[in-house]
Amino acid sequence: MNTLSKELMEEFEEVFNEIQRNKAVKGAVLISSKPGSFVAGADIDMLKNAGGEAETTELSKNGQNLFNALEKSKKPFVAAINGVALGGGLELTLACQYRIATTDKSTNLGVPEVMLGLLPGAGGTQRLPHLVGVASALDMALTGKMIKPKKAKKMGLVHHLVEPLGIFLALFYPFLHKIYINFPQTITIPKVISYLLKFGAFEKNFFNKMIKGKVMKQTNGLFPAPLLIADVIREGVINGAEAGYKAEAEGFGKLSQTNESKSLIGLYDGQTHCKKNRFGNPAKPANSNLIIIIRNIAVLGAGLMGAGIVQVSIDKGYNVVLKDSFSPGLARGQEQIYKGFNTASKKKKMTTFERDAIMAKLDATLSYDALRNADMVIEAVFEDIDIKHKVVKETEAVIPEHCIFASNTSALPIGDIAKASKRPEKVIGMHYFSPVDKMQLLEIITTDTTSKDTVASAVQVGLKQGKLVIVVKDGPGFYTTRLLAPTLSEVIRMLQEGVGPQKIDKLATSFGFPVGIATLLDEVGIDVAVHVSEYLGGVFGERFAGGNVQVLKDLVARRKTGKGVYMYSDAKSKNRPVNDTATQIFKSFELEPVEAVSSDSDIQLRLISRFVNEAVMSLQEGILDNPLEGDIGAVFGLGFPPHLGGPFRYVDLHGAAPLVENMRRFEAAYGAAFTPCPLLLEHAKDSSKKFHS
Amino acid sequence: LSPGSVRCLSSTRNQSAKKSRATLGNSNARNVVLVEGVRTPFLMSGTQYKNLMPHDLQREAIKGLLKRTGIPKDKLEYVVIGTVIQEGKTSNIAREAALGAGISDKTPAHTVTQACISSNQAMTTGFNMIASGQMDTVVAGGVDFMSDVPIRFNRKMRSLMLQMNKVTNCVWLGIYELPRHAHVRLQLPAIAEFSTDEVMGHSADRLAAAFGISRLAQDEYATRSHTLAKKATEEGKLSDVLEYKVPGVAEPVTSDNGIRITPMEKMAKMRAAFVKPHGTITAANSSFLSDGASAVLLMEEKKAKAMGLKPKAYLRNYTYMSQEPKDQLLLGPAYTTPTVLEKAGLTLNDIDVVEYHEAFAGQILANLAAMESDYFAQKHMNRPGKVGAPSMDKFNLWGGSLSIGHPFGATGCRLVTTCANRLKAEDGTYALLAACAAGGIGHAMIMERHPD
Repeated sequence: MNTLSKELMEEFEEVFNEIQRNKAVKGAVLISSKPGSFVAGADIDMLKNAGGEAETTELSKNGQNLFNALEKSKKPFVAAINGVALGGGLELTLACQYRIATTDKSTNLGVPEVMLGLLPGAGGTQRLPHLVGVASALDMALTGKMIKPKKAKKMGLVHHLVEPLGIFLALFYPFLHKIYINFPQTITIPKVISYLLKFGAFEKNFFNKMIKGKVMKQTNGLFPAPLLIADVIREGVINGAEAGYKAEAEGFGKLSQTNESKSLIGLYDGQTHCKKNRFGNPAKPANSNLIIIIRNIAVLGAGLMGAGIVQVSIDKGYNVVLKDSFSPGLARGQEQIYKGFNTASKKKKMTTFERDAIMAKLDATLSYDALRNADMVIEAVFEDIDIKHKVVKETEAVIPEHCIFASNTSALPIGDIAKASKRPEKVIGMHYFSPVDKMQLLEIITTDTTSKDTVASAVQVGLKQGKLVIVVKDGPGFYTTRLLAPTLSEVIRMLQEGVGPQKIDKLATSFGFPVGIATLLDEVGIDVAVHVSEYLGGVFGERFAGGNVQVLKDLVARRKTGKGVYMYSDAKSKNRPVNDTATQIFKSFELEPVEAVSSDSDIQLRLISRFVNEAVMSLQEGILDNPLEGDIGAVFGLGFPPHLGGPFRYVDLHGAAPLVENMRRFEAAYGAAFTPCPLLLEHAKDSSKKFHS
Repeated sequence: LSPGSVRCLSSTRNQSAKKSRATLGNSNARNVVLVEGVRTPFLMSGTQYKNLMPHDLQREAIKGLLKRTGIPKDKLEYVVIGTVIQEGKTSNIAREAALGAGISDKTPAHTVTQACISSNQAMTTGFNMIASGQMDTVVAGGVDFMSDVPIRFNRKMRSLMLQMNKVTNCVWLGIYELPRHAHVRLQLPAIAEFSTDEVMGHSADRLAAAFGISRLAQDEYATRSHTLAKKATEEGKLSDVLEYKVPGVAEPVTSDNGIRITPMEKMAKMRAAFVKPHGTITAANSSFLSDGASAVLLMEEKKAKAMGLKPKAYLRNYTYMSQEPKDQLLLGPAYTTPTVLEKAGLTLNDIDVVEYHEAFAGQILANLAAMESDYFAQKHMNRPGKVGAPSMDKFNLWGGSLSIGHPFGATGCRLVTTCANRLKAEDGTYALLAACAAGGIGHAMIMERHPD
């Protein structure tokens, strides 16, 4: 990956000045020698090490100045873009006189700074509105979305597209010369909005109501960056370039110091970490010369999960067997998989031919025979230890010696499942999240007997499937389920205390959870919640206490299709009424709320503190290997508010001491469920202690 | 290969060079011979043939073949015809053309399709029948007709029409579903590769760019093709061309009508046809849409002699190979040439006559460049070093598809017949032909001159 580091910027400035001096040079082409990457953005370490607000503002100003000089250059600069041009990388091209891009699949353009809690700080907020219009500029800068080449051409973001050549030597050099000759060409696109913005009333309505209103609605005002981006773009459009550039640099400096930005950059680091295999490549087994490369995967059980796992595997080059015991179930699974790729082809993400070629990798079967060549089996059958044991035995009767047996379970300990196995060193947990094709997280669970090669192979498969992979130790509820259980337990308590589900949801989403916690209960499935609560409650005792599990059991007993905590009679309707039966059940288990800890913010803190405490405890107990993976697991698997960066980043940035103080209050009201764990207490005592360096 | 070398043609050929093998014949095997090959003139679409149907052209080619060889119509045992764009009314066009040509109705026929090498496939199908002893006498041929192509209603309309056929009371159906705008959009035959959704010319332009083939070199090569075709026509060398009295057209059609020498300056001004605006492939350096048909008579050697026929050449080894259809769509000749030579135990030096199908000037030059590239041989062909390109002194000396025309299904037989006729005219022993086809398929064949 090319990034704009300090060294690179200095080198660029040097070369740039030389080009200006040297009379033999008529123009220049900026092109990357790395396939798939033009410039991926600014060097994040440079940002992290820049220092305070003044320094980061200066950093932005330097970038602006260099790019302004580039923009004013009398000799034309052509940006030849193949691969990603993101953030500072795109801003660099915006200052060039001419941009051409390949139509390669790897070519993507965008300003994703907002995803790091920042803004495009090298002229992006000022040049984009001129090039693509205010509306598109706002859309790009506020969402950080990637723009595909054809769209980029249509919007006026690039002047020209070229097809990648594929097999041979020369890239598009022959064209470049002609482009000089055609220079200068300007792109003119209708700028209706720019025109309308000259009228004060429209301008106010546009920026304040339309744009900021939309941002507030989508982010609950938890992210400062998008609001500031809108302001900075407005500043340039209304008050001119000088004011705009000033606002941009200052905004950049300001945002770089926010906790939100630090959290989001932390998540970025975490994602980078979770896209690498810390177990290395699987080694050669001692008794064989063959390195086992996983090519053939078999998935057992064609339910939502099983089919989802197939879906993320067949398009990555694996040959996949999908085995189920019943023909209708198998057919449903195949339909789910086909639908996924068919939708992609309808959206022009792939051709129908590619769809069919991918589907050809699938072997759907009712027979175990097809598992004969499997290198890895992933079971996604019903969550029942006896069924799992049966499946282990039946599978091991067929699969080759080297084949890995992975279990996709959300709570059953892998060690227990492995008890039925002849080869426990080949048994591992692979906990996917539903819907598998959308959820990025994969939690891999290792037992004491799982071999290192098995882990390395499982991580390799997970990464190839496009997952963020965390690897945790076996234990009740592993990491993610273990965090979820006490949180749900607290929700039940709240429901019993008479806090309505809608209020709980609203408090959760306004705190930054993408899905309300009461809704989550329905989404997880109340029967699953019962199973998890009873099992983990039994193991962990008082700490997992809260609401009465009987509430859930009654809900399950009197459940009807389409009804949980809420009623889902009309899938399209946004207003879901609360299920009356559920309300009755909550009433019958009514608890007296404790006044002192029932304010809105206390309700939020009660949810988050049990979650965070359990996460810290998982680290303390060695279930988690490191806090980075803990943050990624919580945010990408459980929807922990991303602006807080995950439980560990939250404690680092917002302090363990205030959290412990609040927990003590809750402890006084409810007991052991809120007792802070020793590791959290250590951090509260010594504020210099941080989870993340 | 430098662009200039395309134009400087040497007439001195070293015929006395010792061949690595005097003949590829084997006294134990059944030898397959080309007795004769003919074709209708190849015309640009929309000209004199425009009111015909495809089987009319194929029928004329077969009639001409029968007339020229004098073989009795009931002695033919089988007919195989290749075609690409299929006319719905004559889906087994081989049968319709054979019956129309007066071949006995006891002689079965079938139609094959394999893009631009469809008639090559027809010939090798016949070759296999003869070599394996199933048949002794087979007519092979090919036809394509771009003046009229099947244009379909779109799927919505088709489905509506099929429903109407089923429901007796169409009036009621009409009330529920009236044809809307969405129904009347028509579907043309696909011009893009189905698997990659890329038009062939676009792929060819990328290929030319990938091998650094300049616009100038392509224009020069196209000029060479037209110049040589014009010369061969004027000298009467294209003896395979039949005279065709087209009904409704006053003058008989006697020669190809796409051969024209365009001044270089005028060619240089043409706009890119596919990769706009900077592409190098233009209408002038590509083959054009054509109408035409060809036919050959293939026989077992002894049978032919017993019937008093004079075979022109042996068909010896052939090969089909395929590559991924995106970036290597048109590189068939580069792959198949060394393979077929190896099969025959020959080297390029043994070959006196080379005929390649010219889809695009850029495609021909890219294939030659690929054969001259060590990098390409190692990276893509799994060979230790470059395979070597045929000498331009032997290459398409009577013109090619760029100038003569390219009715897709008919070109293969033209190549085989031209090889045979050139072997005689140039006093050579071995000929090599090769062609690329959609789908990333390539074909090559070795022919040997018959001693008679």
